[in-house]
Amino acid sequence: MAARGCGGVWRRALQRGPGGSCSASRPRRAVACNARGGAVPVGQSGLAPWVPVVGLEIHAQITSNSKLFSGSQVQFAAPPNSLVSFFDASLPGTLPVLNRRCVEAAVMTGLALNCTINKKSLFDRKHYFYADLPAGYQITQQRVPIAVNGSLSYSLCIDNKMSQMVTKTVRIKQIQLEQDSGKSLHDDARSQTLVDLNRAGVGLMEVVMEPDMCCGEEAAAAVRELQLILQTLGSSQAIMAEGQLRVDANVSVHHPGEPYGVRTEVKNINSIRFLTKAVDYEIQRQIKELENGGTVVNETRAFDSKLGCTVPMRDKEGKQDYRFMPEPNLPPLILYDAKSLPANVNHQQVVNIDWIHERLPDLPSVKRAKLVELYGILPEHSFTLVNEDGLMEFFEDVVKRTQMKPKKVIGWILSDLLSHLKQHSLTANESPISSFLLADLLNLLENGDISSSAAKQVFEELWKGEGKTPLEIVKEKQLELIQDQEELEQICQAVIDEREKEVMAIKEGNKKVINKLIGLVRKATRGRANPLLVKQILEKKLSE
Amino acid sequence: MTPRNRFRWRVMRVLALCRWLRGGTVRALRLGAAAASSAPPSQDSVTVEVLDHLERLALVDFRDAEGVERLREAVRFAERLREVNTEGIEPLDSVLEDRCLYLREDDVTEGNCTAELLKNAREKVEEYFVAPPGNIPLPELEERDTFLKGS
Repeated sequence: MAARGCGGVWRRALQRGPGGSCSASRPRRAVACNARGGAVPVGQSGLAPWVPVVGLEIHAQITSNSKLFSGSQVQFAAPPNSLVSFFDASLPGTLPVLNRRCVEAAVMTGLALNCTINKKSLFDRKHYFYADLPAGYQITQQRVPIAVNGSLSYSLCIDNKMSQMVTKTVRIKQIQLEQDSGKSLHDDARSQTLVDLNRAGVGLMEVVMEPDMCCGEEAAAAVRELQLILQTLGSSQAIMAEGQLRVDANVSVHHPGEPYGVRTEVKNINSIRFLTKAVDYEIQRQIKELENGGTVVNETRAFDSKLGCTVPMRDKEGKQDYRFMPEPNLPPLILYDAKSLPANVNHQQVVNIDWIHERLPDLPSVKRAKLVELYGILPEHSFTLVNEDGLMEFFEDVVKRTQMKPKKVIGWILSDLLSHLKQHSLTANESPISSFLLADLLNLLENGDISSSAAKQVFEELWKGEGKTPLEIVKEKQLELIQDQEELEQICQAVIDEREKEVMAIKEGNKKVINKLIGLVRKATRGRANPLLVKQILEKKLSE
Repeated sequence: MTPRNRFRWRVMRVLALCRWLRGGTVRALRLGAAAASSAPPSQDSVTVEVLDHLERLALVDFRDAEGVERLREAVRFAERLREVNTEGIEPLDSVLEDRCLYLREDDVTEGNCTAELLKNAREKVEEYFVAPPGNIPLPELEERDTFLKGS
């Protein structure tokens, strides 16, 4: 039985033709994802409601120095084929040797997702042909993966204003260890593919989520939370843009009470924003197809980010036959806990689940709860703090250095600082205003040296990053609060003298008009008047 | 690999093949027989469709009737294991099952041998391996001239 050369069925042939039958206009999300009940998207005819079902398969690249089964380095962007060992290139005579760090990363992740860790797990071979898979098979864990039956809790805002959050849970079916494949660069001009095996053999954790989600927003929130967890654990940096976190979505729709519909798999999703778009588009596409009397084909589709739609990806052959078989070169992976730990054992050869459990860092949900308890801020605020890179540390730093109450500090962090950061696409660590400077500014405000409108002016100056301290800016622009009572009284009197109409209105009983006078005083003093004091003075004068 | 290990390996491959055949993942499989019992009609299980499917999946070339007969023999041989009552017993899938899976420290010890790896490549472009633009599908049965050529 002779073996043939590179042949076999089409697999990941990415269709490079025109965008297929995508409508150029982005479909508006007609999915009223009711966070309280299920999702009740309205079809075009509006007759029977559709229930979309979304499941995710997520591949997270393990953060480790070397690969899963070989000692070559794991690094993003290196000269092609420079991080490849003989085993990675699948040269004959090489064998896989399991990397302990990868096992620990998978156990950590399993524990963080409330999974049952399988003390005995097995490795299998999944066969398919592709140029970037030199061995012709991938070593994975199909029969008995390392972790099963977990859950992931995530939160969604019901409305767009972040004022009401609801918590949802998605079940984790399993987590398995597997090898990554190499990278293919398609050179259509010369009709060839260039293969770089640097990524071949890098350890991946595949996290399989049950189809408990119902729309793009839920999927995105779940992935975001998983990303935060992985980053907190350090088991994966989970940067989607660098391919360290890859998400495939399985989407189907059905009528309530009926069995699940045929599902399609959506690939090539490169960011969380695109995930939402891809899932929602696919749901709408399937609904439209079914309402027009068509059927949904069980196929793999790719998300085209430019057109905002999904296109069919694979060829006509239906299900792939991967011919799973046990990996003959690897015995079962045995993990231990405190109870089952054998005595007199080489600790380097043993992975102790309990030991890892004790050393788990605070997960995002715990961090948020602590923030709320410690600082008395709202849960929605804690979400933003944990969600944005480095913002939580920034906030805590400022709180430490200022007398201002955390509840007031949070306002400055979330509205002033964060909006500026977002406008310039910066993270908290890249902020031109350091936590020291902001704390200084808030102290000036808290001490009553400047008014809050003056503080905002100082903030804008500080943002320019010219190296001046808040105090220097205040002096330079003369923004100190007028402390001289007499001076204030003079200005207030001047305003009263000018504005006869308003004064009359107040005297007649319309008290609210006084705010206009306060505003005028503020303008006259260029923000250097304490509004409370001004109000007092005005009220006194007007009652005379 | 020592001759003994090679034998064990071959037995395992055939076992896997039998399990796969029994798994019913093949479209034209006519093995409806359920659990244990008398020797199943292995003659029937190796049909033309199965051979085509296998050639497509594994890129093997059965070449001629003798090759197919060898396959049938192997399947028959392995299926004799069905005569053993294995109820409640976990299958053996590796003779290494009692061995300890060695865990390697996470150190970089290999790599950096681009030139050596590319030595074997017939074609290369700036240190990349060169492959056809996509998988070249095996032609359909009718168009294949080498299928069971010798028979």
